[in-house]
Parts: sequence; structure tokens; C-alpha cells
Amino acid sequence: MSAAAPVVELKQITKRFPGIVANDSISLTLEKGEIHALLGENGAGKSTLMNIVFGLYQPDEGSIEIDGKPVMIDSPNKAIELGIGMVHQHFKLVDPFTVTENIVLGMEPKKGLKIDYKSAAEQVRKLSEQYGLQVNPNAKIHDISVGMQQRVEIMKTLYRGADILIFDEPTAVLTPQEITELMAIMKRLVAEGKSIILITHKLKEIMQISDRVTIIRRGKVIDTVKTSETNPNELAEKMVGRGVTFKVDKKPPEIGTAVLKLNDVNSKNKDGVPVLNGLTFEVKAGEILGIAGVDGNGQSELIQAITGLRKIDSGSITMEGQEIANLSPRKVTEKNISHIPEDRHKHGLVLDFSMSENMVLETYYQKPYNQNGFLNYDIINKHAGELIQQFDVRTPSLETKARSLSGGNQQKAIIAREIDKNPTLLIAAQPTRGLDVGAIEFVQKQLIAQRDQGKAVLLISFELDEIMNVSDRIAVIYEGQIVGEVYPQDTNDQELGLMMAGSLKRGGKTVE
Amino acid sequence: MDVLTLLGQLLNTTLVFSTALIFASLGGIFSERSGVVNIGLEGLMMFGAFAAAVGGYYAQEAGMGELAPWVGVLSAMAVGIIGSLIHAVASITFKADQTISGTVINFLAAGSTLYMVKLLFEGSGETPLLDGFSKFAIPGLSKIPIIGEGIFNSYPTTYLAIVLVIIVYLVLFKTPFGLRLRAVGEHPSAADTLGVNVNRMRYIGVMMSGMLAGIGGATITLTTTGTFAHNTISGQGFIAIAAMIFGKWNPLGAFGAAVFFGFSQAIRNYVQLFEWSKNIPQEFIYMIPYVLTIIVLVSTVGRSSAPKALGQAYDPSKR
Amino acid sequence: MNKLRKIFATDSYIVPLVAIILGFLVGAIVMLAGGYDPIAAYSALFKRVFGSTYDIGEAIREMTPLMLTGLAVAFAFRSGMFNIGADGQVLIGMTAASVVGIKLAALPSFLLVPLAVIAAGLCGGIWAGIAGYLKAKRGINEVITTIMLNWIALFFANYIVRTFLLIPGQNRSEDIPASLSMTFLNSFFDNARLHWGTAIALAAAVFFYVYLWKTKQGYEMRAVGLNPHAAEYAGMNVGRNVIKAMFISGIFAGLAGAGEVLGVFHYQSVFAGSPGYGFDGIAVALLGLTHPFGVILAAILYGTLTYGAAGMSFGADVPPELIRIVIGSIIFFIAAQGIVRWVLKPFYFKRKKEKVL
Repeated sequence: MSAAAPVVELKQITKRFPGIVANDSISLTLEKGEIHALLGENGAGKSTLMNIVFGLYQPDEGSIEIDGKPVMIDSPNKAIELGIGMVHQHFKLVDPFTVTENIVLGMEPKKGLKIDYKSAAEQVRKLSEQYGLQVNPNAKIHDISVGMQQRVEIMKTLYRGADILIFDEPTAVLTPQEITELMAIMKRLVAEGKSIILITHKLKEIMQISDRVTIIRRGKVIDTVKTSETNPNELAEKMVGRGVTFKVDKKPPEIGTAVLKLNDVNSKNKDGVPVLNGLTFEVKAGEILGIAGVDGNGQSELIQAITGLRKIDSGSITMEGQEIANLSPRKVTEKNISHIPEDRHKHGLVLDFSMSENMVLETYYQKPYNQNGFLNYDIINKHAGELIQQFDVRTPSLETKARSLSGGNQQKAIIAREIDKNPTLLIAAQPTRGLDVGAIEFVQKQLIAQRDQGKAVLLISFELDEIMNVSDRIAVIYEGQIVGEVYPQDTNDQELGLMMAGSLKRGGKTVE
Repeated sequence: MDVLTLLGQLLNTTLVFSTALIFASLGGIFSERSGVVNIGLEGLMMFGAFAAAVGGYYAQEAGMGELAPWVGVLSAMAVGIIGSLIHAVASITFKADQTISGTVINFLAAGSTLYMVKLLFEGSGETPLLDGFSKFAIPGLSKIPIIGEGIFNSYPTTYLAIVLVIIVYLVLFKTPFGLRLRAVGEHPSAADTLGVNVNRMRYIGVMMSGMLAGIGGATITLTTTGTFAHNTISGQGFIAIAAMIFGKWNPLGAFGAAVFFGFSQAIRNYVQLFEWSKNIPQEFIYMIPYVLTIIVLVSTVGRSSAPKALGQAYDPSKR
Repeated sequence: MNKLRKIFATDSYIVPLVAIILGFLVGAIVMLAGGYDPIAAYSALFKRVFGSTYDIGEAIREMTPLMLTGLAVAFAFRSGMFNIGADGQVLIGMTAASVVGIKLAALPSFLLVPLAVIAAGLCGGIWAGIAGYLKAKRGINEVITTIMLNWIALFFANYIVRTFLLIPGQNRSEDIPASLSMTFLNSFFDNARLHWGTAIALAAAVFFYVYLWKTKQGYEMRAVGLNPHAAEYAGMNVGRNVIKAMFISGIFAGLAGAGEVLGVFHYQSVFAGSPGYGFDGIAVALLGLTHPFGVILAAILYGTLTYGAAGMSFGADVPPELIRIVIGSIIFFIAAQGIVRWVLKPFYFKRKKEKVL
């Protein structure tokens, strides 16, 4: 590193929110041309820290220096002015707008009073060429792939002349191949003189691309190390605060007969575009079938089709030999199917219901909860109390609204409710999204316990590691089709990635 | 009366009724495109109609003659903006439910305008009769059959409304301001992180809606009723909302819808000229625009083209 | 009693209470600005309401439709919908009651009156149900449809009255033989127009509470109102609940209509414009925080203010429209709770400190 002042220096930043200290006296330096990884669990305070750098929050204590000069970053505008750009985890893109409109928004080139779209598109094209991003300036956001959308996010910062780029969990939604491309782009950016802060909890990426790593845990800096002088195990231990094994302990499966069978299932969306395209697979008792795939390839539609929320146009879905396609959600549930939905706030809970009301969301109409049309709250509360204790859901009371619980506890409550129904088939969609390591372990253990009891488990996840570690068998979905079925022990990330991108098919209808 | 003259007159009356709706629905577009539901258009029109009647009256008394109605329009713009600020403060700054705070506007407008009228005109429930605008024939163009009588012999406010439709279209879709306004209504945090001040854009959107709905109300007092009373504005604001939704939040669409509503208002006067209409109860003729609105909404896709962030207060901590 | 205490034990009532005080303050400022004496005006208002047993009775009469339309709007609100159409539902309810009350007058009154009331409720419910159906099946925003249905109801009601019930040469229907009046109270309340509609309204509030918070169907309806997506996932039929909620909401409004024609006027007029019941109902529902018992209290407040407004204009020469400003301001402060909390902030801190000690 040169002797010049670091491009960014954070000095003892402290940020408090009601009830918690999100950042506790954090110091960090970013050198010119460096890729500096910020490692920590969900909720460790990474995002808060970066939002402070980007001017979205104000620190309660501490100071920030850019190129050795103290600065006050009180708005994103100020951050942009100082050459800071942020590539957000959840893309901040206006769907009905074009790529160009999204990029120039807020800094539009003008001709008279009008926006000069021609020169805007030209500038976008130039930037795209300079960094090898291959973005079409006139495409609408909702027509381009997730990987492309991320490049638009990157271009938004470059268009504003950013020299310091913050990437917030940039690989969460990408295929392994797209991740490789992103890494190449980041290397190119650094070669052009940019400096990068990479927020992530994925050790593999850190080892691959970063120069230094700062680990934070519960709002405090644990350590800053050179990547070349550390290893994944050491980093993991520092991140979590104890030794962790990333291999999930499980016995070999005792596989029974097929429970759920999908045969040539087809469904179209409102615009007539096929979203499920001759989907065929089966889930057997005593196994966990993992569905791997990039977001938006029919996973949500697949779950909707099984659970009765989506009509299918042709094909069959059978549960223990009985046809369940196009039944109402309630009829499906009554076939002993439980479902942990992918969006727990939208689909899993009524956030403004009390915890006990949430625990009977699917069973309230059955005895003993429902007695001649009236609900027996004594029994409902007793039942909820038992579940909450059994699954260690941390809630102040049964009357507490679900909204005020942490994400991990909300998820535990949903899992408690679904497992308590003693299902034959358990569908788990993105069950660990946004949870910390402890909660992730808990959820994965529960899934495996279900499978060990002879239940069929269907796991849908975008996290390849989770699919590889938890599943007994993996089916890869691409554009509404199963393009390959493999066993985790016979495959690797590269192969799965190629299948997820649609460029490799493997396996037949079933792998014996 | 021959058919051509009749058609011309029908078109002319249609535009008279449409004008107020065009202004108000354009106003609604500004507010809703920025993400703020504006169910208070009715009240804002009331503020405008009241201000135009009062401002126009005093200007007329002061001997301003031809200019007096324009003073009325300016007063309506100002009062409309002030009224809309109540909505803006409640729903943007204090994050009140936008539908509720729009309803508040309707209440406050109904109460305060009549209170003021009684205060200013010694307990009378109505403002003094105004001269208002007179129709202005555009030389040459007004001689064209049908549309000459229909379009080019109208009130100045009608011309203004038509020009404004095009201006609003250009502003929304061709200027930086329009791009930012729409971005704020679709994805406020995207706009925010690019340095666009979300709340400021929304304030501007709501204030524009107050100004335009104010002018809309003004046109009713200055071209149709000549006075302001408790029933001067009775439902036009809600029709303007329907026109905006009908027109898919697009100025050109809203214009078309407003003309449609104006037409169905106008036609009920003309239908009664015909013998065959005697068998239809008048109430059914009055119902036509409202029934048609529902039918059209049923046959087109509901709210699919509404701005995505419509109705949601912007909370930066959730970005 | 314990439950009742629980409802009022939270500080949820503080905000509306402060909002009411602020609303009166705004009214006072507006009066001062207009050169009136607010103290004289407010005391004239209350004197008017509590001046005589007749006035008390008439004020109760004024509150009754407010309770029912308030409950109608609140019920839809709890199920996730904004029913602006209570006005039309009241009109349809009135018309149904009038038609039954006049055309079936041959029936004995113990059959006729309940029949007229039931017809009013059902027709009001069906009218609102149209908006519910269009929302459930076509995704059309109920705000627009209920506004349109208000106009259609107005013209439709007038058509029925003019064509089938009219006294020739007058702008009203013939007298309705069916009556909800509480004539046995006449001597006590000096012939104020009290009627059984008030009892119906109170019963409706109790029904509202029990149905929504104690029954299986109410549980579903609240779930749909709070999070339709989760409700659908949990196997509830969202569309059916939307329609049912609007139907029940419309029943409340329709009953309000029955009370007005059968209990107060004993005939139905041809209306020149919207009678405004629905808009009052919106105010009452918001004022009552969409809780059934809150709605009853809000209707009492609102009815007191509107009935007393006439006294204010007699006694202190203040235009009665001022009351709308007061009510609008109260709702404004309730909706924009941030302002009230800001006003309350110093008090809150004090209270918390006291608790610690």
C-alpha cells in the first residue's frame, strides 16, 4: 500500500437504534485500488455502517475522512459528490423505466428543458463499453436478467463518477457463472483505479477476490486481516464467535415410496407466457429434494401450483396417489401438506395478529379451536403457548403482535406451526433467508429431523451451499423445467451453475 | 334545428362540462404519479370554486372588467395550493393514511368555504352572481362546420385546458422533473439513493394537484354557475378521480375520459329534445355516466397501471 | 367488565382525546378570526343539545344514523376496504323500507315493520355487495365503484319514489304506515322523534364486536383485511370474505336508511342531491378508530356537534358550517398522529419518569 492517505477512513463510528447499538465504535480504512471485504452475519451491522458511509444514516459518534479530509456525509447527494457509489443488495431500479432512464435519473443531461435522451444513451453505451458490461441502454428493466440489472446498478455509480464503490451482498441472486463475471468486473474496476468495499457473508468470495477483510460481530470490529494471511475456517470462527462446521450432520436417508409426483405440469402467467413448462419430478418419503435454480425460473410458480394458489393448464400433481392439481389451498393443506412460504411477512404471518392468532392461521376452523362458529381462545392460547415453548420462540407474550418479533423468531413460529400439523410433505421455500447462523442451523436441523421421521421434504433455495448441504437429491429448475437431477455427492458448484444457467442438462426424469 | 348545428352545440357543451374535469384529473395525475393518493380533489375543487367566486367578485367590484375572471382563476390556484398543503403535511410529513387525509380535505373544504361565504356576504349561503368568462371565437377556425362551433367558440379556460393536457404530457414524459416525479411514485428509495428528494417531489406533486383542481373548480363558477354555493361542487372531484384512473394516469387518457364524462353530462340535455326519449325515465339518463364508468372499469384491467408506490408513505429507514 | 377495561386501558384513547381538544381549539381560532365569540358559541351549542328533554331526544335521533353508517364504514375498514358508498346504501335501504312499508301495508304491523327493516338491511347489503363483488372478481378499486354506486342509488331511489310511491304534485312519497317510532316515550321526550333504530344501532355495535373478534368468520375477515396474501396462503377464500364484508357493511347502512324513513320522516323525499349520510359515516368511523364501541362514542360526539350547530348559529350567530371545520380538524389530528404525539411529548416524558419513581 502507498503512503498516501486512505481513500476512506472511518474513525470510531457509533450508531444506536432504539434498543440496540448497531455500530459500536467501528474503525476501518479503505486504500486506493483495494477490494476490502466487510464480513459479518445478518444483523451484525454491516449494512448500517455502509448506509452511514452513503449518507442514508448519520452516525451518533465518530467521523469519516475521504482522502484524508474530514467530511460530513448528510445525504446520498453528498456521498455521490464525494465519489461514493453503492450497489444495493435489493436493486433500486424503476421497473417500467429503461436502462438509460434509470442511470441518468437525478442527473439528466438536458437539451433545453427536455431530457437529452440521445446523449444520455450514448454516455451509457460508452460506459458499458469501457467496463465491458454489455448493457443495452434502451432495454426496459423488467425485460433484462438479474445479472444485467446488477450491472445497471453498477453503471449508475460509474455514471456519477464514483471512485469508491460499495457492493452490498452482490452475489446473493446470481448463478455461479454470473458470480465469476461479476468478480471479473470488480477486478476491472479496481484496475481502472476504483476502490471497492464488498459486504458479504460468503467466505468463498472473500478468499477469491478481496485484499483485506474486516470482520464485524454484533456491531463491533473483531479484526482486520490480510486475505492472503487467513483461511475460511479462521474467518468463520471470527464471524460467528465460535467454531462452526459448515457441513450439516445427517444420517444417510431411509428413502420410502414417492409421496408427491408432478408429471408434465404446464402453467402460463397472465400474459400467456409459460412459467411452468412440462415440469416433472417426485419427492419420496424420507428424503429432502432440493430445487436449485436462479430466482425467477418458476420456483414461486411451482410452489403455487402444488399448494393450490395457481391453476395449471395441463399435467398432473398427485399426493400419495391422489390428484391435487387445481384444488383450493385449503383442500391441499388438508392432504397433509405443510408449507413454509418464501416471503414470511407477506405470506407466512398476519403481522398485526397476535402470536397465538398466528399459530392457528390454517387450523382455526377446526375443532377444538372452532366451536359452533365461535373461537375458543383459551384453547388457542394454550396451544400457542406449547408451540412457542417447544420451538423456543422468543416472544414477550402470546398477545404480542408478530410484527414486533425478530425475523428469526418469526420464522421459528412459522416452522413450529407447520411442523405441528404433522405433515406427510413439508415444502420449505427459502427457509433460511435473512437469518443469522444460529437460526439457520436451527431451521436446517428441523428439516433434517422431519426427513428422519420419514416425511418427504421439498426444499427450494437460491443458496447453492444450502442445497448442497441439506438435500439428499437435487433437481435443477430452469425456465420452468427440471433440466437435471443429481446427487450432491456426485456434483459440484460448477456443474450445478451450468445447469442453472440452462447450458447443461443432466439426468433423466428420475435418477435411480 | 338541423343536425349539424345540434352536433356542434353538443360538442361545445361537452367541452364546457369536460373542462373542469380535465383540470382536476391532470391535478390528480401529478399527485398520484408522485405516489400520493388524492381523494381530496373534490375538496380542492371546492376551494377553487369558492376562491374564484370571491376573487372574481372583488375584482369585478374593483372595476377590472374582462380581467376579473382571471383574478378569480389566480385566487383559485392560490387557495387550491394552500388547501392541498394540508393533505401534503398530513400524508407526507406525518405519514397519515393518504385516503383519510384526502377525506379530511373534503370535510374542511365543505365547512370552511361556506363559513367564509357567510362571513363575507352577511350570512348569505351563496356568493353574488358574477359575469364570469365569455366565449371567445377564434377567428377563421370558428367558421369550420361542427368543430368550429364545437371547439373553436369556447371559453378561454377550455382552450387553456386543452393546451395544458399537452404541456403536462411533455412535462411528465420528456423532462427531468417528470422522470423524477414518476420515479418517486414507482420506487421512492431508488430515487432517494440517487439524490432525488422524495418528499419534496411529493409536496410538489400534491401542490400541483391543488393548483390544477383549484382551476378546475374555478371554471365551474366562472363559466357555468356564476356563483358559489353548497352544491356548486357536488361530485365532480370524484368523477375527475375516475377519469384519471380510466385514463391510466396518463394526461392524454385522462383527457379522453374527461371528455367522455362531459359528453354523457351534455347528452342528457340533448336527448330530451327527442320524442323517443320521453319513454325513458330521466333518472336513467342521469345514471348513464356512472353506469358506464363501472362497465368500462369492469372491461378494462383494474389498477394494473397505477404507480407502484401509490398510497405508501416513504419511510427512509425501510430502504 | 374486565374486557371492557382492557379495551380502554391502553393509551389508544389519549390520541383521539387530544385530537378532539385540538379540533375544538382550531374551531375557536377560526371563530376568533371571523370575529365571533367562541365561548359563547360553544356554550350555545351545548345548551341547545342539553337544553330540554325534547332536544336531548332529537340529538339522539341525530346520532342514530351516524352510529349505523359509522359502523358500516368501520366494518369495511377492518376488512381492508374503504366504503365511501354508505350514502348510496342508506338510500337503497330507505327505498326498500318505503316500498315494503307502503306496498305491503295490508300486513299486520308486527310482520310489516320487521319485514321493512329486513328488506332495508338486505338491499343495502346487496348494494354494497356489488362493489365487493367487483373488487373480488375484477380487482376494481372499491373507492371508485362505491362513489359511482352512490350516484346510481340516488337516481334509482328517486325513480322508485317518483314512479311508484309519489303523492301527485308533491316531491315525496305517500306516508308509510310501518313505523319504528317509540311513541311510548313521547310524553317524556316531549314528542322528540325517538325510534327503535337507536336500539338496532346499539345491537349492531355489539354484533360487530362479537362477530369480528369472537367468531371463526370474523377471524377470517380480519386476516383478509390485515394481510390478504397470508389469508390466501392459509386457505381462506379472500374474494368471498371481501364480498361478505361489504355485504355486512351495507346492511348496517341499509338499516340506517330504515330508521330514517320508518322512524323519523314516515315518508321518503325525492332527493335533489346526495343526503350526505355516508360522508358523516366516514367521519364517525375514523373518529371512533374503526372500533365498534369507539364508533358509538364518536357518533354521540358528532351528533351532539351537528345538532348543537343550529343552536350555535341562533345563539351566537356563528355559521353552523364551522362544525365541519371542527370535525375535519379532529380527523386530521387523528390521522396525522405524529402531530398529536409531538404535542404530547413533554407529558409523555413526565409520565414515564413518574412510573420509574
